[in-house]
Amino acid sequence: MKVSYREALREALREALAQDPRVFLMGEDVGRYGGTYAVSKGLLDEFGPDRIRDTPLSELGFVGAGVGAALGGMRPIVEVMTINFSLLALDQIVNSAALLRHMSGGQCAVSLVIRMATGAGRQLAAQHSHSLENWYAHIPGIRVLAPATVADARGMLAPALADPDPVILFEHAQLYNLEDALPVERVWHACDISRAAVRRTGTQASLITYGGCLPKAMQAADELAATGIDVEVIDLRVLRPLDLDTIAASVRRTHRVVVVDEGWKTGSLAGEIVARIAEDCLYDLDAPPRRVCSAEVPIPYARHMEAAALPQVAQIVAAVKEMLNV
Amino acid sequence: MFEFKLPSLGADMDEGKLLEWHVKPGDKVKKGQVVAVVDTSKAAVDVEIWQDGTVFELLVEPGTRLPVGSVMATLLEDGESAPARKPVTLQGARKGEARRKAPPPEVAAEAVGVRQAAELAPPGRPRVSPAARKRADELGRDIARIAGSGPGGVVTLADVERAVVVPTAAAAAATPAAAAARQAEMRRTIAAAMSRSKREIPHYYLFETIPLARASEWLAGVNADRPITERILMAALLLKAVAITLKGFPALNGFYRNERFEPADAVNAGVAISLRGGGLVAPALHDVDSKTLPVLMRELSDLVRRTRAGSLRSSEMSDPTITVTNLGEQGVEAVMGVIYPPQVALVGFGRIAPRPVVDEADGDLRVLPAVTASLAADHRVSDGHRGALFLGALRELLQHPEDL
Repeated sequence: MKVSYREALREALREALAQDPRVFLMGEDVGRYGGTYAVSKGLLDEFGPDRIRDTPLSELGFVGAGVGAALGGMRPIVEVMTINFSLLALDQIVNSAALLRHMSGGQCAVSLVIRMATGAGRQLAAQHSHSLENWYAHIPGIRVLAPATVADARGMLAPALADPDPVILFEHAQLYNLEDALPVERVWHACDISRAAVRRTGTQASLITYGGCLPKAMQAADELAATGIDVEVIDLRVLRPLDLDTIAASVRRTHRVVVVDEGWKTGSLAGEIVARIAEDCLYDLDAPPRRVCSAEVPIPYARHMEAAALPQVAQIVAAVKEMLNV
Repeated sequence: MFEFKLPSLGADMDEGKLLEWHVKPGDKVKKGQVVAVVDTSKAAVDVEIWQDGTVFELLVEPGTRLPVGSVMATLLEDGESAPARKPVTLQGARKGEARRKAPPPEVAAEAVGVRQAAELAPPGRPRVSPAARKRADELGRDIARIAGSGPGGVVTLADVERAVVVPTAAAAAATPAAAAARQAEMRRTIAAAMSRSKREIPHYYLFETIPLARASEWLAGVNADRPITERILMAALLLKAVAITLKGFPALNGFYRNERFEPADAVNAGVAISLRGGGLVAPALHDVDSKTLPVLMRELSDLVRRTRAGSLRSSEMSDPTITVTNLGEQGVEAVMGVIYPPQVALVGFGRIAPRPVVDEADGDLRVLPAVTASLAADHRVSDGHRGALFLGALRELLQHPEDL
């Protein structure tokens, strides 16, 4: 049976709420409205208003409340509607959640999970289309996850809650309707939030990507395969700390790299990955690494211009072909 | 307009196969520049041009086998302007010398790579991917000899792997079948040259035991101050001694052609180098008599390395005025050499070993290092008397190594 990415997230929430009384969900419109992306639909009726809490439009306030609840021994899941609004909560995330263990000499742990939607592609215009995952991946003290498959949407929440330190889960807005068959329960129950995944093995180039760009990379790999070009696809899954071993192992197999990242190229996660490859794998490279990233403009509203600004399958295919000189 | 013809890269060569061009129409070339790589059946040789000019047309495609003297390209002299007709690139060879067979695909692929590289790559350092460079190192392959197929002519990993099957002397062992075919071809080439030598050249042979005590001591002193990699071997000393001595014996240094002897001005010693897969090449070290020992040693090492890597230059193949062979390394006592036509002499050295030697100063018998030097010479050009004087002079010179 196929399950949507949205339903998988909801099942994961339901399971966490049912199993641990310390777990509660709060955020804007998560209760009566059922969540802006309908992830928490029905949970208010099932678990009641104490555990599914609507908050005022104040990210700094309610993310801070989440940090406090975690310090008090709860296991809060805080939903920030989109990554754009999380900028208002940066102080709580970067200065409090990420640092309190350090500042308290190990006395305090902030066992907080923050979920937020990220990315563009839904014609929501420049202020609602950011991909700023790399900002969070820059910060020591937090783990940053980017589930890009239905299985990861189902499996990542439990280990995130089990992590004694803050974890941020980025749900790409274009993935919510993605449908796939869930693997057997023991597979997502054993979900590992430290490793990248090889989504497709190949020999001629490695497409390294995460989140909303994974389906694009997979499609590009299919199109390349139709022309006889065999590429590998790596899903980073964990944006901090990066699984450099999996990246390096792939580069050593294929000798060519294209990083696909919806972030802007300048100062991007893609830049970090290329730098690590240059440091660790230079002598395995058979071509300069390439990045397929968003155009360096505010993401446009008009559909055709938005599409032109974002990484697309054709660009990935072209980058690989250029690299192979075919 | 002048023509660039396939030169003879040794008396035993009557045809060659173009492996690749290093130039394209419009390129300016300088005297001495390597313009093409030609397989002589003994080695892949970098062929130089001996006149400045601008490439107008390339008339032969890589993979074509053609007789010595065939026109391979036409060039414009400096100041000359191009004729009105459009240059045509890379046709089959002219004058009915059509390709006898299609080039092997790897060679054709290489040639395409070369053209792209020439068109797109900026001048300067060759563009080689880090992985390709590393792999070439592992395989001991000369990256400069591999054409790139990557974007902008970059040499990629696949190019290095593919280069394994390119027919250079170094790559001869790539596949057993190719190696065997190459062996057979080289054997035939050597057979032709040596048969001609024994058929045409009336050899005479002379031997002389040369004490090397002083030379050994002197060399040990010189080497004491030098790092191991820069130590001078006795082989270099012997080469230089032969070259200097030859200056007084012009009848041993040159060519016998068209029923007459042509003495050579320079002493270009052909150094017999055995190839790992079997067979033999004797490329030239130029002007041996006028080079210092460290320079000579460096050039000798370089020549051996390049011979075994299959990257000799055409002038090295055709220029030797005498051959020097040093079979002592294999442990034999003396050599009776076969002269490489059209040369007129060959000097051989056996093993350097302790021998009972009568000291000429006091008549005492001593055990000292010595070597048996031999001379095989062409009786049409010189007589035993001259030859004997030559070996005597060589012996005397080696008693004064500081003069070398």
